[in-house]
Amino acid sequence: MSLNVDSVSKKFGRFAALNGASFVAPQGGFVSLLGPSGSGKTTLLRILGGLEFADTGSVRFADLNWLDMPARTRNAGFVFQQYALFRHMTVADNIGFGLKVRPRARRPSKSEIRDRVKSLLDLVQLPGLEDRYPSQLSGGQRQRVALARALAIEPRMLLLDEPFGALDAKVRKELRADLRRIHDHAGVTTVFVTHDQEEAFAVADLVAVMRDGRIEQYGAPTDVRRNPKTAFVSEFLAA
Amino acid sequence: MTKKLVRPTEDPLWLKALLGAITVGFIGILLLLPLVLVFKEAFAEGVGPFFEAIVEPDTLASVRLSLIAAAIAVPLNSLFGVAAAWCIAKFDFPGKTFLVTLIDLPFSVSPVVSGLIYVLVFGMQGWFGKYLVGHDIHILFALPGIVLATIFVTFPFVARELIPLMQDQGRDEEEAAATLGASGLGTFLRVTLPNIKWGLLYSVLLCNARALGEFGAVSVVSGHIRGVTNTMPLHVELLYNNYDYVGAFTVSALLAMLALITLALKSLLEWRYADELAAVHRL
Repeated sequence: MSLNVDSVSKKFGRFAALNGASFVAPQGGFVSLLGPSGSGKTTLLRILGGLEFADTGSVRFADLNWLDMPARTRNAGFVFQQYALFRHMTVADNIGFGLKVRPRARRPSKSEIRDRVKSLLDLVQLPGLEDRYPSQLSGGQRQRVALARALAIEPRMLLLDEPFGALDAKVRKELRADLRRIHDHAGVTTVFVTHDQEEAFAVADLVAVMRDGRIEQYGAPTDVRRNPKTAFVSEFLAA
Repeated sequence: MTKKLVRPTEDPLWLKALLGAITVGFIGILLLLPLVLVFKEAFAEGVGPFFEAIVEPDTLASVRLSLIAAAIAVPLNSLFGVAAAWCIAKFDFPGKTFLVTLIDLPFSVSPVVSGLIYVLVFGMQGWFGKYLVGHDIHILFALPGIVLATIFVTFPFVARELIPLMQDQGRDEEEAAATLGASGLGTFLRVTLPNIKWGLLYSVLLCNARALGEFGAVSVVSGHIRGVTNTMPLHVELLYNNYDYVGAFTVSALLAMLALITLALKSLLEWRYADELAAVHRL
């Protein structure tokens, strides 16, 4: 029941964005992909979400051949750096979207969706904002809504692409703590992309330091910090 | 002595007055005055002749023909425009720039030339001329030719409006919808279409106005058969050339009214849905 990423490679034209990236995360684990821009961390995340296709390599998750499944059947909640909220929908419609588009047999009733939206808004600490539009929210609030929307589908996997990158330092810290709390509450396997090492070490159980499309070092935050395996990792952490 | 502080974006009064005068002058002389004159001339001999000119059978036939041509051309161009904008804005493929250039072609070619192209293709001496005559299919000097010419001329309106809009909105929301389990069609109907609906509405209205008013290309393929293949603009020319000024200006007034109704409709919708519009644009 673990997430098993095995030598995934991906080229954009002649540029190798991923060059045999591999890691294994336990079910319910929290992994940070950390690295400078261009190291392939976002590409790897998008491949896990089904938004990009790997050229070679495989991913197995909960005994599923993950890469053969289209994005919409993976049931992986994705949180984007620029929120990607549906701008013409209210907060409630945004969060309920993933439930409303389910086939009739698996679709909850309207009142069930309403209750679920309400409890998710409580979870992300935005009670009572159901009828607002995204444009009426601050950046931090938008990202909380995006998180609630991703959680509404009861995801098997939660994928976050620099979710706090556009927010100020104080809001980042609050959201980071909330994300960890929500993760522990839902127990969903989470992969989190960031270029901010403090954030990566603070929030994750496992950190993968990436460089040139490969994983340079992978381990618990304390291990990685104490014993950087390569010059690149120690330089990156010192920066 | 205190010096009056001027904001960096504030222009001197004389410049503002000059720009204002130029704008108002231009709009007044080039837009409003002709519009007023059209109505004045249409009612020059009173209300009676105005309505008599409207119910004249050939005039009614031209109104009907124009409406039918627009009713076929506008939906087809809307469909095409959405499809083309969707392809160009949301996918990458070779030849994309060339396709965008092609879409602009009807704007850069004189309408008369586009009409002549249809004559070359479908005319008696044209590529398909013999075949069409042999099978008793009438394209030139009939409704199909008029519709084709109208489609060609009004073809870029919807696509041109939607391409930058959709490119600007990016693919993020569609990607989010996919990860939340929405199908391709579901994503289009629930996410893409609502986001472009104002641009779509605006461009469809413009396209419709142009379709009703098209003269050049339609003139070439129509054959000017009174009461049969004369659209409203062509009928205006015919009446004018026959010194029937009340008739000519009456049909002109009808065309102008269609345009005014279009604009009023657009303003009404914008006013009615102001909140929603603001929500879509501000993000």
